[in-house]
Amino acid sequence: MKISRIILLAGVALAAASTNAYAGCGIEKGSVRILSNDFPALHAVVDKASECAEGAVTVTKNQTKEHESLAVPGLSANPPEFTSHIVANSSIQPLLNGDLIRPLDDYVAKYGEGLQKTQLITIDGKVMAVAFMANAQHLFYRADILEKAGVQPPKTYEEMLEAAKLIKEKGLMDHPLGGTYKAGWNLGEEFVNMYIGMGGEFFKEGSAEPAINNEKGVATLEMLKSLSTHMNPDFLTFDSNALQAEFEAGKTAMAVFWGSRYGAVTDAEGSTPEIAGAIKIAGAPTVGGGSIPATTLWWDGFTVAKNASDEDAEATFRALAHGTSSDMANANVDKAVWLIGGYTPGPNGEGVLASASAGAKPYPMVPYMGLLHNALGAEVVDFMSGKEDAAQALADAEAAYVTAAKEKGFIK
Amino acid sequence: MPHRTFFWFVLPSVLAMIVFIALPIASVFMQSLHVAHDRVMVEVENCGPFGCKKEMQVDAAATEALRRAEPLGQFAGLSIYLNRNHLATGELAQMWSGASSLGAFLSSMFALPFYKALLFTLAYTFVVTPFVIVLGFAIALAVNAVPRVLKGPTIFFSLLPMIITPLIGSLVLFWMIDANGVIGATIQRLANDPNLSLKASAPLTWIMLMVYGIWHSAPFAFVVFYAGLQTVPADTLESAMIDGASRWERIRYVVIPHLAPLATFVGLIQLMDNFRVFEPVVGFNAEAHATSLSWIIYNDLKNQGEPLYGSAAATSMLTIFGVALLLSPVLVRTWCDFSRKR
Repeated sequence: MKISRIILLAGVALAAASTNAYAGCGIEKGSVRILSNDFPALHAVVDKASECAEGAVTVTKNQTKEHESLAVPGLSANPPEFTSHIVANSSIQPLLNGDLIRPLDDYVAKYGEGLQKTQLITIDGKVMAVAFMANAQHLFYRADILEKAGVQPPKTYEEMLEAAKLIKEKGLMDHPLGGTYKAGWNLGEEFVNMYIGMGGEFFKEGSAEPAINNEKGVATLEMLKSLSTHMNPDFLTFDSNALQAEFEAGKTAMAVFWGSRYGAVTDAEGSTPEIAGAIKIAGAPTVGGGSIPATTLWWDGFTVAKNASDEDAEATFRALAHGTSSDMANANVDKAVWLIGGYTPGPNGEGVLASASAGAKPYPMVPYMGLLHNALGAEVVDFMSGKEDAAQALADAEAAYVTAAKEKGFIK
Repeated sequence: MPHRTFFWFVLPSVLAMIVFIALPIASVFMQSLHVAHDRVMVEVENCGPFGCKKEMQVDAAATEALRRAEPLGQFAGLSIYLNRNHLATGELAQMWSGASSLGAFLSSMFALPFYKALLFTLAYTFVVTPFVIVLGFAIALAVNAVPRVLKGPTIFFSLLPMIITPLIGSLVLFWMIDANGVIGATIQRLANDPNLSLKASAPLTWIMLMVYGIWHSAPFAFVVFYAGLQTVPADTLESAMIDGASRWERIRYVVIPHLAPLATFVGLIQLMDNFRVFEPVVGFNAEAHATSLSWIIYNDLKNQGEPLYGSAAATSMLTIFGVALLLSPVLVRTWCDFSRKR
């Protein structure tokens, strides 16, 4: 019976593949329940996957900024609340740690003919997620302001500081630089990016012991502080939304922030055509004479819950494979840098692709990185606001991390 | 009341209190004594769109086996309470022996996350509570003197700050004090300093949060005192007037003694509420300069998919202890009043 079912399903899949005009995804039945973050690129993917809801197939979604808090409890239940969590480099970790997602090798072999090999996230040889988009923080700049100041778009953070000084001296802007320096996760991410650009390592080889309290760490903090002197004094409250608003209001000339914001920053909404039209992008700058861009590469991809029934799991994989097809990517070129085959990147992809081809590194995919990130976001604040020196802030961050890592059983 | 009747009378509420208050606190306490199992780590090769790398991963099956054997985690005694992110006894001892002066010791002590949050929480509690009582009383007196026709609308508008959800109220104020907002821009103009920012300096952030707290809680004190004012005996007031007491003397010697028990009540509730200050810290994006005990609990639980349950539980227990300690003088006073009356 099993074999006959597989043959039947394979037949259906073939029929679906051969008749492209047929709108459905060829799934017979199953319940697809998707949990994801809340931004336009993911809306496009999940909406496309929702096309599969026909007949006995149901597709439901919960797209929320709080997706990480829901993921572990939602996928631990049996049957799970969600059959898929759309994850990134960092948010896949809790699912792997809890053994909550299933290997996708069989589904990839059966239904994955459209997938690129580079899309497969393999862990210890098993496909655990299928990536469909890339994201990174890269340079956004106002071409008109830089031209008036007579400077080229900066290739390094040192050039960026010089350019900021010139823009200030010529009276073009009071706070030419911007950054997502909000205390907490955002500030932690700024440290991670800059520290990677400096060529630093976060942990001692092969262990969870932190290794950030060193010259590179101090240089990283000094650079963050130098940059912040050219920013709006409220920088410790700035997240991507606030920074986007500053850019659109014409109060910022240069900032390194998320590539996925490109569409929102350069569209006419919330800005004047003169400002929006002059915003250009480039790869992330390097720092401290290093050769790799000071940024981290991120992927977003889908997983399938381990506790889902086989029927639901298969339907989920196929619906999301449909959601991440090249049709979807080509219809939503401006929303993300897709990793999907058969799609031509638009101007929004330049920054991420330039950073990637310059050798930018992915965000570290180790299970205890989140704890270190959180500790950095909380402890670096005292340095940024001038209450502590760099070495003390780094020592505090290490101590806060070690305390948390001991509690979570990563360090004995 | 016979003991038997009393027992059956209070039984439902005692049961409800055990189920909804005592048991959860006991479970939080149990949680605070346990840490997660040691993770079994393996080195594996991870591949993705940006290449392959050998990285450490948790051996989920082996860790799960450990977890099944002891679902609560490893017993850790009071170690979470004493670690750096809470009472930090070891760190404090080290700082004490290493510090050159008391000032240096205190400044390094208040850089530790728990003490930093405790300092703000206590400052907030002790500044906001008295202001709320005094301001609430003043508003109640003022509203009581308003002509009858205007009373309804005046009461409604005076209550508005309390009706608005705290998070929304703080967000609205957060945008108003922005350099581009109404209040922020006005203050910049008054101070004649275009770079003045209420969000960038720690003292201004503290003042801003406290002003918000007073604005938000004053209506509560107002409503209680206003209700109390309606019960002030008219005879006593009238005789005071005949004796030639001024308005101030009537308030001082008739109204305030009459409302004193209400002030204790408002103080009690406000001490509890203000010690749990949380929403304004989030709404004002103030975590860079001001954190509170409740905010630390939230931050531990939000830790990117790896919530620190033990740590959050320990902070919760310390908060409960703090509330009990704060309330003890007021409770003792109430108890004495009660015994005296009997």
